Amino acid sequence: MNTTILLFLLQDGITTGAIYALLGLSLVLVFAVTRVILIPQGEFITYGALTYATLATGNVPGTARLALAMGVVAFGFDLFAARKSLHARRILRAAAVDLGFPLAVLGLTMALAGSHTPIAVNIALSLLIVAAIGLFLYRIAFQPIAHTSVLVLLIASVGCHLALQGFGLVFFGAEGLRGPTVSDAAVTIGSLRFTGQSIAVYAITIALIVALWLFFGFTLYGKALRATAVNRLGARLVGIRTSLSGQIAFLLASVIGAISGILIVPITTLYYDTGFLIGLKGFVAAIIGGLVSYPLTAVAALVVGTVEAFSSFYASNYKEVIVFTLILPVLVLRSLAAPAVEEEKD
Amino acid sequence: MTRLLPIALFALAMAVLPLIPGMPPFWIVLLDNIGLAALVAMGLVLLTGVGGLTSFGQAAFCGFGAYTTAVLTTAYGVSPWLTLPLALIVSGGAAVLLGLMTVRLSGHYLPLGTIAWGISLYYLFSKLEFLGRNDGISGIPPLQIGSLKMLDPGSIYYVIWIAVLICALLSMNLLDSRTGRAIRALRRGHIAAESFGVQTARAKLLVFIYAAVLAGLSGWLYAHFQRASNPTPFGPQAGIEYLFIAVVGGAGYVWGGVLGAALVVILKEILQGYLPLLFGGQGQLEIIVFGIMLVVLLQLAPTGVWPWLTALLPIKPRRERPDATVPLLPRARSDAHSGALLRVDHARKQFGGVIAVNDVSFEVQSREIVALIGPNGAGKSTTFNLITGVLSASGGSIAVQGKTIDNSPPQEVVKLGIARTFQHVKLVPDMTVLENVAIGAHLRGTAGVFASMLRLDRADEARLLAEAARQIERVGLSAEIDQLAGSLSLGQQRIVEIARALCADPILLLLDEPAAGLRHMEKQQLAALLRQLRDGGMSVLLVEHDMGFVMDLADRIVVLDFGTRIAEGTPNAIKTDPAVIKAYLGAAT
Repeated sequence: MNTTILLFLLQDGITTGAIYALLGLSLVLVFAVTRVILIPQGEFITYGALTYATLATGNVPGTARLALAMGVVAFGFDLFAARKSLHARRILRAAAVDLGFPLAVLGLTMALAGSHTPIAVNIALSLLIVAAIGLFLYRIAFQPIAHTSVLVLLIASVGCHLALQGFGLVFFGAEGLRGPTVSDAAVTIGSLRFTGQSIAVYAITIALIVALWLFFGFTLYGKALRATAVNRLGARLVGIRTSLSGQIAFLLASVIGAISGILIVPITTLYYDTGFLIGLKGFVAAIIGGLVSYPLTAVAALVVGTVEAFSSFYASNYKEVIVFTLILPVLVLRSLAAPAVEEEKD
Repeated sequence: MTRLLPIALFALAMAVLPLIPGMPPFWIVLLDNIGLAALVAMGLVLLTGVGGLTSFGQAAFCGFGAYTTAVLTTAYGVSPWLTLPLALIVSGGAAVLLGLMTVRLSGHYLPLGTIAWGISLYYLFSKLEFLGRNDGISGIPPLQIGSLKMLDPGSIYYVIWIAVLICALLSMNLLDSRTGRAIRALRRGHIAAESFGVQTARAKLLVFIYAAVLAGLSGWLYAHFQRASNPTPFGPQAGIEYLFIAVVGGAGYVWGGVLGAALVVILKEILQGYLPLLFGGQGQLEIIVFGIMLVVLLQLAPTGVWPWLTALLPIKPRRERPDATVPLLPRARSDAHSGALLRVDHARKQFGGVIAVNDVSFEVQSREIVALIGPNGAGKSTTFNLITGVLSASGGSIAVQGKTIDNSPPQEVVKLGIARTFQHVKLVPDMTVLENVAIGAHLRGTAGVFASMLRLDRADEARLLAEAARQIERVGLSAEIDQLAGSLSLGQQRIVEIARALCADPILLLLDEPAAGLRHMEKQQLAALLRQLRDGGMSVLLVEHDMGFVMDLADRIVVLDFGTRIAEGTPNAIKTDPAVIKAYLGAAT
């Protein structure tokens, strides 16, 4: 193996690793706050990417309508939950978030969609659409069962993944899509060529990691979110609105997922079901980080990306086998290092 | 026989079903598919619903079964029937390897681990040359009995459903046995079960292998039913679907697996048939409905359809009362020992910088009731955990009848004749009082897995249940014997824990706050019972906050404060001890 190939593989690994890091981070974020293992993270990726790609072709993506439909359902849930004390203010607030927000997004999308929409607008619209979906997903699927075990939440999470993936096929079809690059600039250093896209990947990843770290470590709100994760009842007793924490976590996760999707869709063709595998690799990283540590997750994600790059070069057939087998020794070590605390609840 | 009657009726109905004239052959295919899925789901019921180990990877074990027979029959011309045991051995063997890793995983790491190896194996199936890569292996010979080749769905139907019925019976037998109780106790944490000698790691591995073998059987049947094998039905999507089936049907019930398989397979067929007509879209619309249904189901009926259905039945199955006269041999005791029954010598436990138990020493003689008291956080429960092996000591030694415990696991400590109750009740709430108490006698039974499955364990089982019934009678809960443990009041649950501990035939009973939550009369009954046990030769070490109860009952009292023994003596001496008064009430300065 010569140095050029080595460097090239490393670069490739780090670029994909950075994406996995982003996903791993949002998985850690969601798990830490809601105890949900976010399998539908993959769908946030595909929705973000394919919404962006669809917008780039000048069409209105189906996800905008899905967001509105989910908002309507969420509105119903909110009304039902508040049926004992229906104040006008409460209804208005729910209507603004559940109906007004997605309606505005849909309206904007329909008004702005066209073949000459600037890329920045498309990106913003994609993020808004996916953010709405993420928010309502928590409201509809997870908030009613937020008190149950990690396991029940995990199974519900799988259910959401199935449904969203099915919708993905309806909206985007079985054909893969590619999106336009964020920037066409490129720098060549030695034998390596850095595209604007890959530099954007690095920059955004680092920025988000730092932001999350600051948010959770040093702000009152971040700490409130973490408190929710450790003890929901305790958090409520000290005045933290746990359902709001969950919604914020999902909102952040869906935006991060969508950003990752938008970052990779110019590099590789994405299909409606590609996100699942990409998301799972983010998982491998998140699990290595123990679902709690942001820096460790980021490092692990780079390792996963590099292992994937090298195994696709040397044993391309067994790429996935190697990446997913990587997780097993880590899981065993994790379990041994932190012996099970006996769960009192089912 | 009443137990078998519904099953016999079901078997009869299934046998007649294909013979109904005008039965569309397509329906038979559906029934075949239901049977295949039911086998996997049944394994998942034991693994996930009963044992609490969620697996998303069962489809991979089907793959092991299917590919084993596919390779052997096509490449080596082995007869299909001969490959059956091999298919089961391969899937079981794979389960041993994966299980050794997987069942160690705690909490949510476990389902994630199964997703990981599920995907990994799927890609392995689709990349390996000798498994035909993505195309798989075709031309698998049909099953054959004499000259009857089972080519059509109607003939293999009987093989599939006979397998389903046999496996359902075996599974039910297994659950209704000594091993079954150990498996059912897994879901609620390990400590209680381990304190009565259950090897939880082994029980987990066992149920993991059992589920894998059922999946392997389903895969073997699938290969001969389709006469081909490719990676798709063994991928992660299928693994998710099997779990879905179990959850829909009722993950805690063997027949829930069968019901779930029927509901999901039929629903999928209907959805695949009609959704495109309604919406005209591309395929896979059914997974949207599936996903949404799964979420809705978890919100509305998390226990699945089966328990809801059985609740509608007008006849409730009658539980058989065990015959309490069947004798159970007492636990083998070691030779009489002259010294103290329990000697705690400078026992120490540190959690990081906190010294929870600080060089505590005391003894319990035989036929003695000793109370361990002290303010909250004094280290009483930690001392209990050190004695029973739940925690390992940082220093000092603990000896029972002269034998040092030396940080043995709880399963070994109970063999020395120490049985305990817990401060926070650790019963299995969805098992009856009788079943919970019978766990206490776990080590006094001998029946193994295969004996249980084949129902050769009845004599052994009758002895265990009789002993459990006697201990329940002894603590005065006979009226509640068939109630679910979770439905009792907290005070009663504590008494059930005492009965469970008595079932182990101990020489020393450790009771952690037994009187908490009891009414005055119940406390008096409990005190009378403990005195009677002492007079019968047993020793009791108890932690209790009710001073009236302790002072009346205990022969001797050991007082702890901040992990240190501050006093020891008779109740009267303790009442006037200045150090004790200071610890409880604070010092007058």
